[in-house]
Amino acid sequence: MISFQNVSKVYNGNSVALEDITFEIRPGEFACIVGKSGAGKSTVIRLLIGEAKPTRGRIHFGQYEVNKLKDYDLPLFRRHIGVIFQDFRLLPNKNSYENVAFALEVAGRPQKEIEDLTPQVLDMVGLSDKTFNFPHELSGGEKQRVAIARAMVHRPEVIIADEPTGNLDPFHTWEIINLLKKIHQLGTTILLATHDKEIINAIEKRVITLDHGRLIRDEEKGKYILV
Amino acid sequence: MFTVISRLVHYGLKDFWRHGWLSVTTVIIMTLALLVSIGLIIFNVVTKQTVASIQDKIDISVYFKNNAPEDEIFSIKKSLENLSEVKTVQYLSSDEALEIFKENHKNDPTITQALGELNENPLQASLNIKANHPEQYASIAQYLSSPNLNTFIDEVSYQENHVVIERLTAMINGLNQAGLFLTIVMALVAGLVAFNTVRLAIYSNREEIGVMRVVGASNSFVRGPFVLQGIFAGVLAAIASVLISAILIMIGFALPSLKFSLSLLGLTGTYQFFFSNIFVLFGYQMLFGTLIGGFSSFIAVRRYLKN
Repeated sequence: MISFQNVSKVYNGNSVALEDITFEIRPGEFACIVGKSGAGKSTVIRLLIGEAKPTRGRIHFGQYEVNKLKDYDLPLFRRHIGVIFQDFRLLPNKNSYENVAFALEVAGRPQKEIEDLTPQVLDMVGLSDKTFNFPHELSGGEKQRVAIARAMVHRPEVIIADEPTGNLDPFHTWEIINLLKKIHQLGTTILLATHDKEIINAIEKRVITLDHGRLIRDEEKGKYILV
Repeated sequence: MFTVISRLVHYGLKDFWRHGWLSVTTVIIMTLALLVSIGLIIFNVVTKQTVASIQDKIDISVYFKNNAPEDEIFSIKKSLENLSEVKTVQYLSSDEALEIFKENHKNDPTITQALGELNENPLQASLNIKANHPEQYASIAQYLSSPNLNTFIDEVSYQENHVVIERLTAMINGLNQAGLFLTIVMALVAGLVAFNTVRLAIYSNREEIGVMRVVGASNSFVRGPFVLQGIFAGVLAAIASVLISAILIMIGFALPSLKFSLSLLGLTGTYQFFFSNIFVLFGYQMLFGTLIGGFSSFIAVRRYLKN
């Protein structure tokens, strides 16, 4: 479903972010990308959602060859993915309902469907009572739950989470991880980038370890092992 | 298609309202820019009126010898009228000139008595010529000095007046050029101020644009509400600028002291011009406001639509 083939990324001609990375993620998998800060986790995600182009190598997502997508192809491609970020990236002038509905509206879904789906998903992430609150009225955990609702409402094939718990306390961290596990059980492929050792060791999923831009380990039911 | 457009309009209006102070300041700055634009329109009209009234006061007269036959004068009048430089030619017979002279001096017994003592009419028949442009009087005067016309012509007033005419011509040209220069500079300033205000407003939303792109919004879906917000700001600024101008002009012409200063500056035509053309002016303001608002947003958003 997702494949990186000999992918390298060099910023400004001399800063090597990724070096000859090759891996594949199968449909329905829950894969974690781990590594210290600067290991290249975020670069993998930026390349995968088309925010940056690889210097060398090929990236496939379903029928798309992501490294060859033009600017005007990106919106349509991104509707197959749901993305969650460490800094939530909610639209500050829209309330929870509107933030979630936005992902359906950009895809041109009918109003009726939006009105049915949005409350259902907000209910699933436990935010029915915060439907009309704006992001500045929500806690960190609540903001991230709105972001998850937005990422999953259009039923994407893959949800990519880039350090989704980086700004959260331990309680809310587990709340978010459990939500991701629940979404995975419903059949969605999950790609989780994190440097949180506890999470990796607890969830016992596939672990792809990056170090200084290189893939140093790829294990099913892996552990967080970094020197 | 209809769903998309209605969503864009819905978001445009909602975001405009929710951006609160940002929208208010944008409208205020755009209103100031549009006030400059309406000021420039009025300034140009008033300058044109002033120039036209000065221009209208310039003319030259051709005085004919007393023995010049009237049909010769008429043929000269006809030949003058055929010149492209000439706007109007008015014939004044010696009898008519005398009548006007008498009328003008009826209260002056010395002149009336002196005229009575003369046996014949001392005043000459004349043609009063107005040119299309003040620069053209020299060439008309030159035409009149040709030998075949000279036989009947006694005097052309251009010789005595040409210094004044040239000075007035230079003044009119100067006024026109200064007006044009001022208009271009001020319009540019107003346009740039409005443009940059909208750009700054969008700069503060640049992260939002990035988020919309990541969620899968197409360029037009991101751009639409911003362009609409620019247009809304333009519409509101157009309404505000016309209302403020109307109030200022009404106050200006209601206060006696201000009214006097305005008349000294030759601005008395402003009131009449503004209120008889208020809808046309409003149309111009709407056009300028919506164009600059929409265009600035379009350009500003484009910058953040990469990736």
